[in-house]
Amino acid sequence: MNWTTALQLSLRALGRNKTRAMLTALGVVIGVGSVIAMLGIGSGAQQRIAEQLASMGTNSLVVRPGSVTRGGVRTGAGGITTLTRGDADAIAELVDVLAVAPSVRTTAQVRYRGTNWGTAIEGVTPDHVTVRNWPLAEGEFFTRRHLLGASHVCVLGRAVARELFGLRSPLNESIVIKGLACQVIGVLTEKGATAWGTDQDDAVFMPITTVQRKLLGITHIERIEVTAVDREASFRLLKEIKSLLRQRHRIREGQPDDFRMYNRAELAQTSEESARVFTWLLGSIASVSLLVGGIGIMNIMLVSVTERTREIGIRMALGARQRDILWQFLLEALVLSTAGGVLGIFLGLGGALAVARFSALPVTVTPVSVLVAFLFAGLVGVFFGLHPARKASRLRPIEALRYE
Amino acid sequence: MTTPLLQIRDLHKAYVLDGVTIHALRGINLNVAPGEFVAIMGPSGSGKSTLMHILGCLDVPDDGDYHLNGQDITRMGSDQLAALRNHEIGFVFQNFNLLPRTSALENVETPLIYAGVGKRERRQQARAALERMGLGDRLGHLPNQLSGGQAQRVAIARALVTKPSLLLADEPTGNVDTATSAEIMALLDELNQQENLTIVLITHEPDVAEHAQRQLFLRDGQLEARA
Repeated sequence: MNWTTALQLSLRALGRNKTRAMLTALGVVIGVGSVIAMLGIGSGAQQRIAEQLASMGTNSLVVRPGSVTRGGVRTGAGGITTLTRGDADAIAELVDVLAVAPSVRTTAQVRYRGTNWGTAIEGVTPDHVTVRNWPLAEGEFFTRRHLLGASHVCVLGRAVARELFGLRSPLNESIVIKGLACQVIGVLTEKGATAWGTDQDDAVFMPITTVQRKLLGITHIERIEVTAVDREASFRLLKEIKSLLRQRHRIREGQPDDFRMYNRAELAQTSEESARVFTWLLGSIASVSLLVGGIGIMNIMLVSVTERTREIGIRMALGARQRDILWQFLLEALVLSTAGGVLGIFLGLGGALAVARFSALPVTVTPVSVLVAFLFAGLVGVFFGLHPARKASRLRPIEALRYE
Repeated sequence: MTTPLLQIRDLHKAYVLDGVTIHALRGINLNVAPGEFVAIMGPSGSGKSTLMHILGCLDVPDDGDYHLNGQDITRMGSDQLAALRNHEIGFVFQNFNLLPRTSALENVETPLIYAGVGKRERRQQARAALERMGLGDRLGHLPNQLSGGQAQRVAIARALVTKPSLLLADEPTGNVDTATSAEIMALLDELNQQENLTIVLITHEPDVAEHAQRQLFLRDGQLEARA
């Protein structure tokens, strides 16, 4: 008996009980559909997190001044003034480093003609654009020349530009910060809030030298953002920077650091890990329904074998071998599960699209998840079809023929 | 006498029913020559069905020899027995045993499927077999749309479509009225005489057994020629 004949026999047998066949397949349809939809939602969430992490600057770590104890009084973090531009330059020399962005920060009232706006003033270097992965909407970022000359120039965050200028372009306008007149040379694109709720667009960026000398009158810096060449490197850099700064700050063995570091890559890793776990969780919950669908197939196939015992006996009398009977029933289970699988793919895609449309969640259905769900449905068919099919094929011809 | 088609020596078969061992067959000896028409009679419970199952290769004996067309069936595995049933034996049952919800044509095609005959040829042979039984206008009918006589003729067409060397008929007239019974027996006579088909008929009706050239009685698990 060849394949096409066996398949025709199975299809014909299923066709004799269409409602039952459809209901049995429905279990697999729902199972495969929910696996695909759930994996889609899960990988969508993963992608969203990856995007957020990328906008934050992954593979980066932050160095801040630490606290010191002077006469029993411990200053808070940042209460120390030993971190300098020199440290930042030294860190930039390390091989694992892609970019270094030292910064200082203050808050000030910014005025433009009749209006004013209280915002954060960040003193940064030209590398800021690359380190934060933050392009400009218009104009340009300040250059090395502005930095060396402590020029009175600034780049506005989107929120500040909106507050002071409304819909007009602020380019080449002059604003006043703590009595210092600054020329606006650029506006950043909108970046939104950080994961912990700070509006990143509500800030004015100026050359770090200008903020240090003209606004704050200090020489130290408050923060060094270091971008590593890759995530692995960021973990190595934690150690390298630590020993470098201890050496530069002449900290003796046994004494505490006068700086602190934290690794964004670590946070990124945690977030990505939890997103992966989330996807797995959704996927495995959905697999349970596929499993239940498979049990439905087994149930119906067992009923079918009992009902058709006599038919099996007749077929055996007419010359069907055990394997012919086995294949007939196994193929019926496979047809049910794969047909259910194909319909389930459409249901899953539809479900994923509906979720994407009616919720803010991004949904990405990958061809791999479709393929995996489909193969899984086929496996379910074989696994749950095999037992009833073996049962059918092992019937003794005379007993099957006599069965009432 | 020519080489027997069917050669049985000292055949024994026992089975257990409700914890009681029943010795259904106790030393059967039987030779059937090609082209012979043999009737086996006996009261119910005499082991007729058990003998029929062994003759039809649906079951194997506990002890003794059975050669069909020169092949020793006691040494065969289930696949070989299936092939033997397919090629050498045609079954006609009391209750027709047509596949339900399956057309007459498809019923007759079924043994050809297991014989590995291609689709086109299968259809052609099945149609020819049904036409020979005078059922050329019933090809697409389902078993429940056929009369008893028609159903039994479909079963006979199905039994003969693989051109077997032996037709085994188990109470073929048990479920039909007298007129139809006569019709079916006339058909068997014709097949035996014109096509030289070997027939073993199992029945408990003496007038049906009359059609055979030789009548045997099964009594207490042993065969004896009619006195």
